[in-house]
Amino acid sequence: MASRRDFIKISGISLGGMMLVGNAAYQAVAQTFGKSGLGAAALNRTPTYCEVCFWKCAGWVYKNDANDIWKIIGNNEDLNCNGRFCPRGTGGVGMYYDQDRLKTPLIREGKRGSQFFREATWDEALDKIAEGMKSIAEKHGPECVALFTHGSGGTYFGELLKAFGSPNIAAPSYAQCRGPREVAFFATYGEGVESPEITDIRDTRCLVLIGSHIGENMHNGQVQEMSDAIDKGASIITVDPRYSTAASKSKFWLPIKPATDLALLLAWIHVIIEEGWYDKDYVEKYTFGFDQLRAHVKFMTPEWAYGITTIEPHLIRETAREMANAAPAIIVHPGRHVTWYGDDSQRIRAVAILNAILGSWGRRGGFFRPEKVSLPTYPHPPYPKPTKTWRDAFPGQFPLAGLALASGICDASIPTASRDCSFKGWIVNGTNLIETLPNQKNTLEAIQNLELLVVIDTMPMEITGWADIILPECTYLERYDTIRTGPHREPQIALRMPAVEPRYNTKPASWMAKELSKRLGLEEYFAWETFEGLLDWQLKQVGSSLEEMQRIGVKTYPRSYDDLYFSDNEEVSFNTITGKIELYSNEFANAGFDPIPKYTPHEEPPPGFYRLNYGRGPAHTFSRTSNNPNLTDIMDENVLWINPKVAKEWGIGAGQNIWLKNQDGITSQFPIKARITERIRWDSVFMVHGFGHDDKRLTRCYGKGASDTTLISRVHIDPVMGGTGMRGNFVTFLFEPEKMEQKS
Amino acid sequence: MRYAMAVDTKKCVGCSDCVVACQTENNVPIGYCRDWVVEVTDGTYPQLEIEIRSERCNHCANAPCVRCCPTGASHYNEGGTVLVKANKCIGCGACIASCPYDARYPHPDGYVDKCTFCLHRVKKGLQPACVAVCPTKCMYFGDLDDPKSEVSTILKKRKYKTLIPEAGTDPQLYFLI
Repeated sequence: MASRRDFIKISGISLGGMMLVGNAAYQAVAQTFGKSGLGAAALNRTPTYCEVCFWKCAGWVYKNDANDIWKIIGNNEDLNCNGRFCPRGTGGVGMYYDQDRLKTPLIREGKRGSQFFREATWDEALDKIAEGMKSIAEKHGPECVALFTHGSGGTYFGELLKAFGSPNIAAPSYAQCRGPREVAFFATYGEGVESPEITDIRDTRCLVLIGSHIGENMHNGQVQEMSDAIDKGASIITVDPRYSTAASKSKFWLPIKPATDLALLLAWIHVIIEEGWYDKDYVEKYTFGFDQLRAHVKFMTPEWAYGITTIEPHLIRETAREMANAAPAIIVHPGRHVTWYGDDSQRIRAVAILNAILGSWGRRGGFFRPEKVSLPTYPHPPYPKPTKTWRDAFPGQFPLAGLALASGICDASIPTASRDCSFKGWIVNGTNLIETLPNQKNTLEAIQNLELLVVIDTMPMEITGWADIILPECTYLERYDTIRTGPHREPQIALRMPAVEPRYNTKPASWMAKELSKRLGLEEYFAWETFEGLLDWQLKQVGSSLEEMQRIGVKTYPRSYDDLYFSDNEEVSFNTITGKIELYSNEFANAGFDPIPKYTPHEEPPPGFYRLNYGRGPAHTFSRTSNNPNLTDIMDENVLWINPKVAKEWGIGAGQNIWLKNQDGITSQFPIKARITERIRWDSVFMVHGFGHDDKRLTRCYGKGASDTTLISRVHIDPVMGGTGMRGNFVTFLFEPEKMEQKS
Repeated sequence: MRYAMAVDTKKCVGCSDCVVACQTENNVPIGYCRDWVVEVTDGTYPQLEIEIRSERCNHCANAPCVRCCPTGASHYNEGGTVLVKANKCIGCGACIASCPYDARYPHPDGYVDKCTFCLHRVKKGLQPACVAVCPTKCMYFGDLDDPKSEVSTILKKRKYKTLIPEAGTDPQLYFLI
């Protein structure tokens, strides 16, 4: 019988026990505090904003006696972090000190993926890239070069690509992450939920999380505000098949059967309408389609949902009551990574609708109206007009996709009978596509069809192994980048400047793009002389300067329009077809999709298989931090959460190494340790995303844990916007590795 | 003056930011730590509870490590903090063995190291690094002899416990429950 008590020392190395030998003791330093950097009282500090994740918290980089980076501390003025960095931001120093970093430009020798590279000069590498891009433009058109990007470098390479004549700029953060959420909220409210999200968690009275594991995802401001809300006595309702950290802080935890969330949402809408708990004035004043909605959910009772979700009807009613009591200070959180089952736009539409009938949009404790500073772009000639875009590869499909699909561009790089290959060149900046895009086989096939693959990164991630040319970028601690202007309660700007000179032979992406522009005859698009000069020019347009920002790091501006919330009886025009909040979506209807979400059952795991759920651990961002020395110290591998009943049935012991095999016969490359825990349902397993790296150049994380991406070979595409639903994969356990298909 | 810390287990999410911030602030070598996070799960699905605790030296008022130190390296300092004089420490490890909280580690430079409550920061009027960084603001530090201090106030308001009270060490790390 597995223990009912699960004791985990999450972090921290087993202490004590070791005795010191020899004269090691005499090496002790003559200070009570040890080498604690105390002598460094006259430290200088430089401002930055973090690049370990997309939250972009602003902080200060402090240096030590050796004039090298010591620590990074949050900037008190910054609304994204309020002076407090998360573990990844605090551990950002590890990105700089990581000895496995890419150190110099590399050019492939031999077959693609064979991992033979030679060192090259910057001139040689950049000339070769320019040559490759020109060759593709001549043969196929400039549109056949695409950019995949995540992070700051995307701006410069994006500008380069637009100047070159390609509009095909994709971030996996859209189709592999938050795309359905943006589409659903745009369809409902005419605007998205932004990043950082405009959720007013700080002042909410009820926070509903649906599979969103705040606290394990360290979206800093959200975690901070959730803690503030707990302090103020707000109730949290968490819907998750796993007893997440957030679930443990919740008044109600609904341990839902995976893949049935939409049924629960519809039942909640039913209860709130039928009991008359909805915000009648708000619905009357601001929404469109209430009668259709009411008719649509008429029979979607808690009893109906119980059979689907396994959540008892009385709990559905009680939690609906809890929400209504808190309204309008209620947030049914839109989530962030929402590409789960392929009907994700519809599920998030139900979230948006639920918020609307509770009247939380534009209300204190619900969703606030953000504001951001708009910085002028440096003058440049107009971009050439492209003759084709990624959409041409998908005629009639994904009509509501607002941004380019990374997965779509990948698919359209593989020639098929009906479609000639649309893309011949990829520039990949700061995103490890091998671990980012589902269906690895497909990604690798696409790569083998390319004429040019350029990768810009700080680390030798798997994708660099497939590159023709690798450009090593210096870390965010060693460079300037564009001014951060994210939306928030008050508009703010933040500066990132180098704390130190770049290590090794690395360069900032802004420099790389400008150098490439010269080689492509596009230098007039990068007319600024120095990047500092560009920043200073931009800052002066908004009443600041580079000198001021170097001193203060973050500048706050007064709000220039509107209030944070709707005022009483305010006339609000929404950017939708009817100008109202669309409970019934005309946009969806016009595009041929259900105007009000319908529940459709999803495939269930076959006998002996378990749904593969994945998520985040607080110390890591995707796969990009897996080798960071400070963060591997906290978590150096992922483990597989297994319910004790399941473990007993299979005879799996705690900490035992097991391999996973999915429904398509694909097995994990490396073993993963079993974490036998009551915190997960018997029908699913869970692992933190971003481990199981198979590139030996990543010495700290090579072979540690399993890659969920390897096991996500089945993708459920969202027809609305092309999102890749990734939670329809099922795994079973193997006790020894199975011979697996070679990657190349 | 009596320095103490309270950790709110109801707010802590176990992110280990306190561990990373301590490591960078105090130059704790990679592979070692002065503080750590413990998570305890109780119950069976779906009747579950988790307690998450950020733990470190308890700066005990009756500290076995100070008592057993043969050289006097382990000693009481300002506000009752328990510290190690690195230059007096011979690395014998008696303190490591005596600590019921497993709070000490042998530093590779040959002395025993542990949490100092960041006294170097506290003396400058700053919070300990772990307290200052915590995204959930779940830690409270201050002087228990000052009834108006944050830590005194929160301990008056909330239910709390200490770890292994039966060891009789009079620990000064409190967990709000």
